[in-house]
Amino acid sequence: MSSAAVPESGTVELSAVDSSATASAAAEAVAAPSLLYSEVEDDLRASVRALLADRSPWNAVLARCETDQPYDTSVWKSLAADLGCAGLAIPEKAGGAGASWREAAVVAEEVGRAVTPVPFLTSSVIATAAVLALQESAQAAEIGDLLERLAAGRTAAVLAVPFSSAPDAAFSKALLSDAPFSNTVRADDAGRLSGAVTSVADARVADLFIVPATASAGPALFVVDADAAGVTLDAATSLDLTRPLADLTFTEATGRQLASDDAAVTALSRALSTGAAVLASEQLGIAEACLELSVSYLKTRYQFARPIGSYQALKHRAADLWASVAQARAVARYAAACVADDDPDAPVAVALAQAYCSGVAVRAAEECVQFHGGIGFTWEHPAHLYLKRAKSDSIALGTASRHRAALGRLVDLPAAT
Amino acid sequence: MSLQQRIKTLLEEHDPASTPRLDFLRAQFDAGLAWVHFPVGLGGLDAPREQQRIVDEALAAAGAPDNDPHRIGIGLGMAAPTILAHGTDEQRRRFLRPLWTGEEVWCQLFSEPGAGSDLAGLATKAVRENPGDEGSDWIVTGQKVWTSMAHEARWAILIARTDPAVPKHKGLTYFVCDMTDPGVEVRPLRQITGEAEFNEVFLTGVRIPDSLRLGPVGAGWAVAQTTLMNERVAIGGGAQPREGGVIGVVAKAWRERPELRTAAAHDTLLDLWVQAEAARLTATRLRQQLAEGQPGPEGSAAKLAFARLNQEISGFEADLLGEEGLRYDDWTTERWTTDRPTTVDFAGRGAGYRYLRAKGNSIEGGTSEILRNIIAERVLGLPPEIRVDKDVAWKDLAQ
Repeated sequence: MSSAAVPESGTVELSAVDSSATASAAAEAVAAPSLLYSEVEDDLRASVRALLADRSPWNAVLARCETDQPYDTSVWKSLAADLGCAGLAIPEKAGGAGASWREAAVVAEEVGRAVTPVPFLTSSVIATAAVLALQESAQAAEIGDLLERLAAGRTAAVLAVPFSSAPDAAFSKALLSDAPFSNTVRADDAGRLSGAVTSVADARVADLFIVPATASAGPALFVVDADAAGVTLDAATSLDLTRPLADLTFTEATGRQLASDDAAVTALSRALSTGAAVLASEQLGIAEACLELSVSYLKTRYQFARPIGSYQALKHRAADLWASVAQARAVARYAAACVADDDPDAPVAVALAQAYCSGVAVRAAEECVQFHGGIGFTWEHPAHLYLKRAKSDSIALGTASRHRAALGRLVDLPAAT
Repeated sequence: MSLQQRIKTLLEEHDPASTPRLDFLRAQFDAGLAWVHFPVGLGGLDAPREQQRIVDEALAAAGAPDNDPHRIGIGLGMAAPTILAHGTDEQRRRFLRPLWTGEEVWCQLFSEPGAGSDLAGLATKAVRENPGDEGSDWIVTGQKVWTSMAHEARWAILIARTDPAVPKHKGLTYFVCDMTDPGVEVRPLRQITGEAEFNEVFLTGVRIPDSLRLGPVGAGWAVAQTTLMNERVAIGGGAQPREGGVIGVVAKAWRERPELRTAAAHDTLLDLWVQAEAARLTATRLRQQLAEGQPGPEGSAAKLAFARLNQEISGFEADLLGEEGLRYDDWTTERWTTDRPTTVDFAGRGAGYRYLRAKGNSIEGGTSEILRNIIAERVLGLPPEIRVDKDVAWKDLAQ
């Protein structure tokens, strides 16, 4: 089939469905946040990409993953401290860069592209968002100190929840009356924590944990030093080699309370939803990397004396994948913009981003394996690093179907009763 | 004279309340306020395109008539830019004014039963009445198809083969065809929806004077690129609110009719909602790129996604409605005319209509398969299709 010509019909209008919507469409066009990248973001991306290409190429990542120390702490230090990525969303007066989650999302794209084992998402996004939400709390001095250390990249903090926790995991006030804040960790009146949390991502490189727990007065957030007495960490064998999990056990471990009741609930919810928004950009980065790897292979791999990319059975799938990645970019940018601006549409944007970008990243990684054929199934090719990261990311912070269910509630499309 | 002064003068000299519609539109054209980015003397001011919005808003606020752009979309969107780019001064002066005012409706005679995706392989032939005489009339014979508005049109843009002895792209010439010629026969073409949005057009010895040739003999393919590029711009996604498309129709039914809901349908509905919203945000991002003067290739993704989504959503809607999905609103043949809206009314018809009409979305304006080829080759740089027709005279190709 030739690609040279596109015939006419001349009468199709993509948008001419509901003319009554025209006025509100114009308003929407004005109100929509920018989904483009700013020059500052382009510069930031270039710096991060250069660093990771130089210091964390995929074969180095793979080699590290085969040791018991997948993290490269010197790369993390360069990313977090030297490039200032750890403090992007932290205000300048609190020691940060005074940028926003939009810029952090650009870093997440690059970390996804390079499948770099660094605690950027867990510490600089999820835990940082929790702490940022507590800036006005009574523990202002402790919070201020924590933010400064996070911003400087001196401290890595990890939220002690299973990595699969969804933002709507219902840490809502309404549910609290029936269910404990966390039924796995309890705090006694002296602030000592006991209980277990499974599948915590990046726990092994955390300097401290932010622990949701149930105290006698209700829900509370504690900070616990990773090396405190009574904290034990059992490394789990993770599907994603580049983001190791661990099971945490607290046995009368001493914690400092950061927040309680509504403030704790809000901070936890903010942490998970910001994490889910930025995770969509990591997924976008994974999908882009997989598409690029695939296209480059389709051009250079010959079978039957033709580049395999000249077969429509493959090129059409590559085209579809490209179209999906273009859509994922718009969706991920919208989510980042909404959490950055504290937009009222943020809950919809976040659920939408996870419902859409999860699937695109997984499909890109799966297609990358299939496009590569035999070599794609081997350990020595990077495709499996992306596949494992993409599949784990699709479960992280809530699966796509869980986010679809959340959307149903948010946009008034109720479930069957 | 500033743009504001020109608008003021036009309104003072031609009060919209008392000036007949056509007189006003002609005066607007002559004042250079029809399409300001067109040249002076041809309805424009050589001004930036975005200034047209200022004119349109001011004239609408003053109660002035518009030229009903939906009705004359093919003329405005495709014929006009092609005539401007490739026509002679005489052709521009003759055609552009009545095209813009809507006095003369245009249609497009491109696709043929044997040349759809492979448009350059078309077989309609044009031969000189007196071979060897450079200024002689052309006699055109062939069949065209998928021609919207042919039954209303005064003129058509036409591509025909003038030299079958050279490779297919090189033997084409572009003409303006008089639709009132006795050799033109227009028959409505009934579609799977029962209605007749477009026509088939039979050309039997149609006479076209050489003065109606657009561009040089043999340059028809290059001229057609202007038309086709402008068509793709016209098809590119416009601004839409959330749930503005067919998904809105289904969401409304879901909300209003709890008895239709099932658990499995709920997840499917939300999956489609997510895809529709992703497509909408992609179109928003595309518009933002265009506004910043950095057009991206996402436009070609937009039509691909739109076609697939419309088909999936409308198929889902019919399932969701159950027994109602067994029925159809109206099989009576309807024919589009200039008096009736000329856009597809997705929301105003039944679910069965939406299901059937959406099948055209992956065919019209470039099939989804051709779009995938274009994305793969021009965006991703994948190797082109093996071409067996490139250096072969058209007459020697397998037909």
